[in-house]
Amino acid sequence: MTYNHRARRALYFCAPEPTKTMDLQIALLLGQDGIVNGAIYALLALALVLVFAVTRVIFIPQGEFVAYGALTLAAFQAGKVPGTIWLLLGAGVLVALIDATIAVRGGGLRRLPRIALVNLVLPGIIAGLVFWLEPGKLPMLAQIILALAVVVPLGPMIYRLAFQPLAEATVLVLLIVSVAVHLALVGLGLLFFGAEGSRTTAFSEASFQLGTLTVNGQTLWVLGASAVLIVALALFFGRTLYGKALRATAINRVGARLMGISTTMAGKLSFTLAALIGAFSGILIAPITTIYYDTGFLIGLKGFVGAIIAGLVSYPLAAAGAILVGLLESFSSFWASAYKEVIVFTLIIPVLVWRSLTAHHVEEEE
Amino acid sequence: MKARLPLLVFLAALTFGPAILPEFYVTLLNYIGLYAIVALGLVLLTGVGGLTSFGQAAFVGLGAYATSFLTTAHAVSPWLGLLAGLGVTAVVSLFLGFITLRLSGHYLPLGTIAWGISLYFLFGNVEFLGGHTGITGVPILEVFGWKLDTGREFYYLIWLVLLGAVAATQNLLDSREGRAIRALKGGSLMAESMGVDTARTKIVIFLIAALYASISGWLYAHLQRFVNPTPFGLQIGIEYLFMAVVGGAAHVWGALVGAGLITILKQWLQDWLPKIFGQSGNFEVIFFGLMLVIVLQRAREGIWPWVVRLMPAQARDQAVAAAEPLPRRDMAQPGSLLLEVKDACKEFGGLVANNNMNLTVQAGEVMALIGPNGAGKSTMFNCISGVDPVTSGEVRFLGERIDGLASREIARRGMSRTFQHVRLLPTMNVLENVAIGAHLRGDKGVMSAALRLERAEEARLLAESARQLERVGLAGHMFDEAGSLPLGQQRILEIARALCSDPCLLLLDEPAAGLRYMEKQALAELLRKLRAEGMGILLVEHDMDFVMGLADRVVVMEFGEKISEGLPEEVQNDPVVLEAYLGGVE
Repeated sequence: MTYNHRARRALYFCAPEPTKTMDLQIALLLGQDGIVNGAIYALLALALVLVFAVTRVIFIPQGEFVAYGALTLAAFQAGKVPGTIWLLLGAGVLVALIDATIAVRGGGLRRLPRIALVNLVLPGIIAGLVFWLEPGKLPMLAQIILALAVVVPLGPMIYRLAFQPLAEATVLVLLIVSVAVHLALVGLGLLFFGAEGSRTTAFSEASFQLGTLTVNGQTLWVLGASAVLIVALALFFGRTLYGKALRATAINRVGARLMGISTTMAGKLSFTLAALIGAFSGILIAPITTIYYDTGFLIGLKGFVGAIIAGLVSYPLAAAGAILVGLLESFSSFWASAYKEVIVFTLIIPVLVWRSLTAHHVEEEE
Repeated sequence: MKARLPLLVFLAALTFGPAILPEFYVTLLNYIGLYAIVALGLVLLTGVGGLTSFGQAAFVGLGAYATSFLTTAHAVSPWLGLLAGLGVTAVVSLFLGFITLRLSGHYLPLGTIAWGISLYFLFGNVEFLGGHTGITGVPILEVFGWKLDTGREFYYLIWLVLLGAVAATQNLLDSREGRAIRALKGGSLMAESMGVDTARTKIVIFLIAALYASISGWLYAHLQRFVNPTPFGLQIGIEYLFMAVVGGAAHVWGALVGAGLITILKQWLQDWLPKIFGQSGNFEVIFFGLMLVIVLQRAREGIWPWVVRLMPAQARDQAVAAAEPLPRRDMAQPGSLLLEVKDACKEFGGLVANNNMNLTVQAGEVMALIGPNGAGKSTMFNCISGVDPVTSGEVRFLGERIDGLASREIARRGMSRTFQHVRLLPTMNVLENVAIGAHLRGDKGVMSAALRLERAEEARLLAESARQLERVGLAGHMFDEAGSLPLGQQRILEIARALCSDPCLLLLDEPAAGLRYMEKQALAELLRKLRAEGMGILLVEHDMDFVMGLADRVVVMEFGEKISEGLPEEVQNDPVVLEAYLGGVE
């Protein structure tokens, strides 16, 4: 279903093309395009590597956070109440019910206030702000923060509902659940935002002349914000206790648990970060690209191709792979735009061949 | 007879159903049949083999497009179209299998997601395949002069193919190759040590699943008489997986139940959900997504096990039929050299687990390898049996260098082993577990298993397994689940499994652990008998009474090195050994 709309759209835009010749101007433009998209894919690739390393979940719904982030912001600007707010409230109630039941049965009544605060009160406050503030009239920064506040808490809630009960299951089961969550979220996305795409207002209308190349302000925003986010993540993992706890869990779950690190906490934290990165990526590109309720999936998968290039383990390699995907996509859209997706997703094959040939064959029993 | 009643009722309903059902339900049944063929492949791949593909819809597409293109553009016979579709599918799936199946488990599903998407876009953009409009005017299928031009007629072809595939899959699983397939999930390392080529087995089931999908696509094309890319996208690929998981991915009938349930549910939800939400869109995916999460959290086995409980109990197997014994290997001359380990070193990163180890085992002797915990004995075993090869040094078996060979190649040369941490397939019965040991003594492949042409060989393999079980004293537990035995007996089961491969050298890793006194006596007696037959036995054991009463020679290890070697009484009085075990005497 997801591809029907897109396919139809693709058909309009990829009608017979005049023969094109590459010159430096076009190459620079395409390169700029590729790097901007690549930066977004790189952010997503980092989040995917993070989630996989910590929880062994291959996080297919990553892309839905991109779409939710962008479309929630777009809804604000269109003066509408985004449907994601209902999802936030609903998921909060569900988590609260489950956690409260467990707490009551286990005699942990003291945990109840905290459960209610995190899952009921906070979403309630966020919803209150959305309803009474008219977010579309707020300054850009406040709009973005509010959109993130709506979307990001969904990350840990989804972890709690879908993945935490299966934390010890095999990678395969987790992957199937991941795909199931992706489907449900795409379906909800259609329900919340409709089939029409949206764009948001650019962060800045400025544009700069770089030789013959025009660089617009949003491009710089994307690149700058991505760089800042990547550095922030590096500092988080390198310098903070929680960052180190996540790394420890990624290396050895049992060992980390024996050292008093809660794997549940680690799972929720990594999902929160992934949701944050995803939603923020969506907000960054929404002024450049029209975002549909199902756009996130393909964007997320391209981040995946980058992450797979890195074998789902190395952060710098994942970022480099993602930039490569971005460039490949933008140049193939010039030469063979109808086959753009085919080319990008076929890139995975030589990568897998190379990985397969260099893999040390160590049997892991699951 | 009573046990077969549900099956007979089901078949009767299938046969006469279309005669009375309205058109709509026949169409629904046709789709259920088409989907179930694909889901059946996923049962084999995911439920039994533990691998997953999200790209099955793309294989369906290959089958459908191959025949549609050839029969419309080149007017060839649909049967040639079928062959072409199977051929293309085989090439693609073998290629994908080769590049992903050597990597860890999640690369195959990821690879199939990517491949599913790119094939979908390829179908939609290639001009000679009709782009997004697809191909129309696919000819009517003719079987022995009978034109299948209505859904009612086509129904019989679809369900015949499906039931044929169910029977073939069931036969396959109940065979030598089937045991190897079932060992993939959770027992690869053991299976390799028993001579199973697990990489090949994985590729085989991926190929079978892809071919089933391709056949379903061929049927689809000639039923619909047109194709376009929509039913072959990733989304549908995911739905196929849903069907298998919801129905019960570990059971062939689960594919039918799942396909039926999801198809009917989808139909129903597509009618109702837009009315509830007040707008159009395929909201059933929300429902499917949530349902799958709940099924995996609450009932990972799917629906089929519940259905089974409602049916009359199946009769349990009671005995193994007698059969002609399998041919045996020529035993080495007693006293001749079987195994020689020379200067073997094994390093894990900076940790040296084995350093310059030397030992030999001769035919007709029991060699014991002892030492405190962590001395590197099990590592030595893994080096010898090829599970985890040496970093440097030489291992020779029957005069041939075997370091660097895969463990299944070493098994083929006549070495068999047990594991310190028991490696069984707990849900298979004891007899089938033991029969995995005899894997290399049969050679009938997947096709003959599916068609039941290997029954004579199978009977001989099972008879051999039963004979070994009798020999170790587990004959009474033959049809129990292996996981239900106490740990001590599970170790004995492993010995029976190792013996089933007819080895000339047996590697036993702590066989007496967890056994009671009488059981240890019986085990010692068995090992003596094997030694008298000319078998060489290398034994790791902590029970000193057991070792000293049995071993001909002893090697003592500490910190990865050999510290002493000799006759049992010599070793027992060696001050170095006493110091290692008891600490220094100042």
